[in-house]
Amino acid sequence: MMPALAMFVTDRLVHLSTVDVVIVVFYFVLVLAIGFYLKGQANTSEDFFMAGREMTAWIAGLSFLSANLGALELMGWAAASYQYGILATHWYWIGAIPAMLFLALVMMPFYYISKTHSVPGYLKLRFGESSRTLSAVSFAFMTVLMSGINMYSMALVMKVVLGWDINFSIWISSLTVAIYVALGGLRSAIFNEVLQFILIWAGALLIPILGLVETGGWTNLKAQIARNASSEYTHLWSTLGTFNGNPMGIHWTGIVFGLGAIISFGYWTTDFLVVQRVLSAKDLRAAKMAPIIGAAFKMMVPFIVILPGLLGLALLPVKLTGETAAVATGGHSYNEVLPLMLARYCGPGLLGLGVTALIAGFMSGMAGNVSAFTTVWTYDIYRALIHKDAPDEHYVSMGRWTTVIGVLISVGTAYLVMSFASIMDYVQALFSFFIAPLYGTVILGMLWKRATSAGGFWGLLAGTLSSIGMWAWVKVDPSALRYVALSPNARDMAENMYRALWSWVVCVVVTVIVSYLTKPKPESELNGLVYGVTAIPHEAEVPFYHRPAFWAVVVAVVFVIFNIMVW
Amino acid sequence: MRGRGISIWFFIGISLLVNGVLIVGAGVWEYFHPPANPVVLFQYHANIWWGAVLLLGGLFYCLHFAPNRQS
Repeated sequence: MMPALAMFVTDRLVHLSTVDVVIVVFYFVLVLAIGFYLKGQANTSEDFFMAGREMTAWIAGLSFLSANLGALELMGWAAASYQYGILATHWYWIGAIPAMLFLALVMMPFYYISKTHSVPGYLKLRFGESSRTLSAVSFAFMTVLMSGINMYSMALVMKVVLGWDINFSIWISSLTVAIYVALGGLRSAIFNEVLQFILIWAGALLIPILGLVETGGWTNLKAQIARNASSEYTHLWSTLGTFNGNPMGIHWTGIVFGLGAIISFGYWTTDFLVVQRVLSAKDLRAAKMAPIIGAAFKMMVPFIVILPGLLGLALLPVKLTGETAAVATGGHSYNEVLPLMLARYCGPGLLGLGVTALIAGFMSGMAGNVSAFTTVWTYDIYRALIHKDAPDEHYVSMGRWTTVIGVLISVGTAYLVMSFASIMDYVQALFSFFIAPLYGTVILGMLWKRATSAGGFWGLLAGTLSSIGMWAWVKVDPSALRYVALSPNARDMAENMYRALWSWVVCVVVTVIVSYLTKPKPESELNGLVYGVTAIPHEAEVPFYHRPAFWAVVVAVVFVIFNIMVW
Repeated sequence: MRGRGISIWFFIGISLLVNGVLIVGAGVWEYFHPPANPVVLFQYHANIWWGAVLLLGGLFYCLHFAPNRQS
């Protein structure tokens, strides 16, 4: 360990050698260099907030996925797979792939043709200012809070894994993100996300390869898990017939209708954090291909996230426990399974690359939050409500300052969470309140021309309030779980699935009823926004192997095969 | 994205190349000076072959997407 860093280091899970530290430092230097290099290419608002709308399908697609592939995502789902087995894969397959393909083929034309800058911006065009304001304010508020929570969680991980001081981790990583996003805007965030995506794979892929070598292949791994835990841990669907027949306490209806149909569609099609990356594509075909490329790689992510968790279950000599038990006994928690596997196989150099992958994951997630927040604040709140007709340079300047301020608010939230840990549970629940109803509003807006402005607004509000109401009901009276989640045995994840489903239903029903009671917009005002009154470019002249629909079918077929393989 | 200026793939090439060189170097050093507490499957010398994969991949991207080659 270099002497300069030694003062920030306490007890740790892994020990970095000099070459590991050089690899980590080189990563920070490179991302900053990219930010400084791209500063000159972020002079207009279109450049700064939309990356000039000139990204290829590959860049937009990898960035789309990378913004979601944060370090907590990597470590959290590796921990979940140790705890719940292969069921965690649902969040990568049925909880992502259908929604990503739907975004590509059905929704992307409307987002792209309408030339909106953001998802709240689409709501403004389709439903009016009130829907946009409700959506923008809730998104901006929750995004910076979530960013702060992730920042604190990651700093905690760095403390456990590397022994780094929490303040050191928070300030170094957040200032780096602030600098490169403020300098180069969305283009810089996207460039770094693609770099981070490659590093995540380069750093994490060795674990499953060497793990499978050590266990002697998938069949032996399953047999070992059956001995250490239960054979239920390696089945994806066959244990979901009852709530208590699987480690997660969830029924297949919750996975299919709650996660697969509502939560994932809400997240992947309306969360501006990810959609913003696709809006930067250079043309409509690239915008449609980007989520399909993202889906293809998303399907592979369980290989570097879920498989290491399962390998930990089979191979680690120690039994991992929950966080509270780990602290009480001085043992290791589920969350440490990925670093433990990293330390198991990776010597000098590889360990540095693996740690860089975790840091890269954290920074890509944070840059995604910050750039999305900056765009929504500048376009949908500041320009819409505070300062309408300023020159373009003014909004670019506002974007740069908002990036810095957004990061500082996130840092503030991180310190708030450090003092009041229970805030984390509340804010994560709050974030989920908005996703499902927003999906109801957007999808009705795109596919049903009779939906009115009043219908959109009241549906969104009713869906959000009903979600908050259900959450509060279960908090006050835990026995209400039998109504909200259809079973008193349902765990937190199952409750989230069903709450999302009901809030989406409330949003859709209220939107339909209010729309029939109010006057619709004339069709001439819906051109470019709604199915049936929008001319979508045909691809008859394009060879079939260049068509997004062809590749979506390929991804869908592989998706089905994968599910059957581990049924 | 080639767009204006240096391609993102060139930056990725630089990253893979430098990491590859460092990891192969560390692996070769370990080969001749085996550690007292080696990692599991040390006998496969993963840092040498994985580092070499990164190095070659990085070299390809650096050459293929070199700024002077695109202009």
